Amino acid sequence: MDGPAIAADTRPWRDAAARPFISVHGVTKTFGDFTAVSDVDLDIYKGELFCLLGESGCGKSTLLRMLAGFEQPTAGSITIDGEDMARVPPDRRPTNMMFQSYALFPHMSVEKNVAYGLLREGLKKSEAYARAGDMLRMVKLEKLARRKPDQLSGGQRQRVALARSLVKRPKLLLLDEPLGALDKKLREETQFELIKIQETLGVTFIVVTHDQDEAMTLATRIGVMKDGMIEQIGEPREIYETPRSRFVADFIGTVNLFEGTVEAAAPDMMRIASPELGDVLMPPQEGLTRGQQVWGAVRPERFTLSRKRPEGAQNAWEGVVEEMGYIGHMSQYRVRLASGALIRASQSNRMREEAPISWDERVWLSVPPAAFRVLTQ
Amino acid sequence: MRGWFLPMAVALGFIFLYAPIISLVVFSFNDSRLVTVWGGFSTRWYGELLRDRQILGSAWISLQVAFWSANLAVIVGTLGAFVLTRFGGFTGRLLLTGMITAPLVMPEVITGLSLLLLFVSMELTLGWPAGRGLTTIIIAHTTFCAAFVAVIAQSRLRQMDESLEEAARDLGAGPVRVFFDITLPVIAPALVAGWLLAFTLSLDDLVIASFVSGPGASTLPMVIFSKVRLGVSPDVNALATIIIGFVLVAVIIAGWMMRRAARKSA
Amino acid sequence: MTWRRALVIAIPMLWLGIFFLAPFFVLGRISLAEAIIARPPYTPLFGRAPDGSLEIFASLENFRFLLEDALYRNAYLSSIRVALISTIFALLIGYPIAYYIARAPEPKRSILLLMVILPFWTSFLLRVYAWMGFLRTNGVINNTLMSLGIIDAPLRLMHTDLAVYIGIVYTYLPFMILPLYANLTKLDAALLEAASDLGASPVVTFLTVTLPLSLPGIVAGSMLVFIPAIGEYVIPALLGGPDTLMIGRVLWDEFFSSRDWPVASAVAIVMLFLVVAPIMWLQSVQNRREEH
Repeated sequence: MDGPAIAADTRPWRDAAARPFISVHGVTKTFGDFTAVSDVDLDIYKGELFCLLGESGCGKSTLLRMLAGFEQPTAGSITIDGEDMARVPPDRRPTNMMFQSYALFPHMSVEKNVAYGLLREGLKKSEAYARAGDMLRMVKLEKLARRKPDQLSGGQRQRVALARSLVKRPKLLLLDEPLGALDKKLREETQFELIKIQETLGVTFIVVTHDQDEAMTLATRIGVMKDGMIEQIGEPREIYETPRSRFVADFIGTVNLFEGTVEAAAPDMMRIASPELGDVLMPPQEGLTRGQQVWGAVRPERFTLSRKRPEGAQNAWEGVVEEMGYIGHMSQYRVRLASGALIRASQSNRMREEAPISWDERVWLSVPPAAFRVLTQ
Repeated sequence: MRGWFLPMAVALGFIFLYAPIISLVVFSFNDSRLVTVWGGFSTRWYGELLRDRQILGSAWISLQVAFWSANLAVIVGTLGAFVLTRFGGFTGRLLLTGMITAPLVMPEVITGLSLLLLFVSMELTLGWPAGRGLTTIIIAHTTFCAAFVAVIAQSRLRQMDESLEEAARDLGAGPVRVFFDITLPVIAPALVAGWLLAFTLSLDDLVIASFVSGPGASTLPMVIFSKVRLGVSPDVNALATIIIGFVLVAVIIAGWMMRRAARKSA
Repeated sequence: MTWRRALVIAIPMLWLGIFFLAPFFVLGRISLAEAIIARPPYTPLFGRAPDGSLEIFASLENFRFLLEDALYRNAYLSSIRVALISTIFALLIGYPIAYYIARAPEPKRSILLLMVILPFWTSFLLRVYAWMGFLRTNGVINNTLMSLGIIDAPLRLMHTDLAVYIGIVYTYLPFMILPLYANLTKLDAALLEAASDLGASPVVTFLTVTLPLSLPGIVAGSMLVFIPAIGEYVIPALLGGPDTLMIGRVLWDEFFSSRDWPVASAVAIVMLFLVVAPIMWLQSVQNRREEH
């Protein structure tokens, strides 16, 4: 998991001595008898672009709203830049938020919307509008400064909202589904623009999203949430390659999950007995005992498909192609094994094959032991 | 509901709605004192109306009452609606909900009688209000009009994206500032509609005003009522025509302005 | 922060508490008094007995009077009857109009809707007055029918129950049409197409799809007509006959003609419990159902 050696490591979360910029400690939020956020601990460092990822209702937005000050934690504490945020109302916090609905004031022009926060700071009108103009230039909207929000397109509105939330140079910018209302193509372009702006200004971002691709592209680190709890925090690569639970493995990307029991655990290899796959070799993992129930997770792209049994393969099964989908750069397969198990595998279409594997063919699937991730929960 | 039945039913319905009003207007230009027998075209009843000091005086009183009641009703109703939609739970919430909606279903005779009895007992124990007149009518009208304003304001406040107010807080505005900078401008059209409704309801009210008014403070509906109770009279037709004319002009202007605003933002 | 919040709550709370809620306590207290010729024209609640001790005068005499006199019972029942019949007629007239407007193409729809609302903005009293000119013995209807030779002698239309029904339906028709219209525009046209696609005739489609789905609109519109109709004073006073008993009119006469404030208060209290309370209860049930 070691990345390339960079002169100065920009990943302070790897440095045990680094001081977190935002510290969420033991935060719980209940509404009546519903627990939206349950005992969350989270440290975020200066300059990060942190993504809170989860399905709707997992508590990610509530956590964001507590950081902004719109909700008070039922228990726990939130510290931003060393300052305890309890009892600090939203208008006094060093944070700004970009709302999912953008929340542009409909009765104010674009310019007025952006200058609003600066005027509340007590800035002189001329100065506030000058700075608002600078900000609008940065998001390439200086020509539309006099327009009202309802005269803008969705993408333009999104940029006004971003400009308005950044113009005060907050220590922390909270973004609630910032790209959720844009269509797919615009969303992809905007993702990179967002990263560029974040790097230019050096503001710490926390982004809430339900879109895993968005989180993978944007984030320095991702916090995967489920039922008000954080399931796993890590860099995108960590989350994808070494998920800590079946939920995370399944939530990020596509995965094949097999249940099994530990049969033999050697220091260099582990054998798992699975009702679906028979005996499978997987990488060793400490702390497992014989007979313990585990799950093996493997990504579709780790499989190799071939018409003949691959030589020397440690894990190989024969099956029939039940479904096949051609998506251009790759093809997806669903292969039914004799045991009844259905395996999702994908092959990149790097070369134009003469006769690609197709429906109803008998094929061999193989996968190296190291491709498996052994999960205990 | 196809074929001839539906258009026919609709046409009859609109005839039912408009025939009496049209005949009211037509006979206001009738020379004969017998309102429903045509005696030739004349505008004499308009002249008579303009010389009628009682009608003119009461019209002035009604306009004053309606103006102040509408203003106060918008304040009370908007605050009530704001408290109910934005303040979450507080003691007395249920009571306020009840008090703000109950006037909508309260028969006018009950509202009028109970308010009169309140004013009488208050005068006996507190010495205020001394007698009844403009003030007591304005108070009474404000109370029942506030309920209508509250309904309109509440539905607008519920529709309004609450993140607008949160965004303003987030950008550094305090709660009072947010109310005047964001909430009020956004719900302003609803408040204008509420004000107009309150103004109309106040101008229109006969029953409540009859209970709570005193000598020398007769509103226009009270004067009209005492006139028409004795039978039809042509100068009332003239008055009705003038009111209908006013409403038509106001509706045409409002429609024109709305269309212009729509074209501007498009 | 908190005192500001309290202040904002206090303004509507106090205004309505004093000028809406408190009057009912006064009403209740005076309904227990006795009418006397004095200013104010009712007995005080507290007084001094001959021996100087404090006495409370309160009696249920007025309520006993209301129970025993058939006039009041009949007035209550006939108010409900008149309101009910008027509501049914308003529904029968209003439904086709609302349906037609909801299905009309856009410029036409707005104009028709405006035409429904327009009369509401003119004076209610003058609209009732307009019917007096229509229904009189030598009014527009009788004159027209006689000149066409359909009838020989004028019909008696004014000062009848029929005139009261017409007046109520006429006055409150927009209140029936608007909620129905609001409901019917929400009705997805695809539902009607689906029903006819599945073989339902227009009549069957209407009875099995449109009508059930518009039930909330029917209930809302009917409430908006029924509620004000039941306490109506002006319409029965101007269009009704001397035998058109309605509770609002009885209360008015008790107060203004008999000058009996305590009995008028008792009539109001009974009206509050018999008419207003059930309506408010019904509404709160309906509101709760809508929230879920």
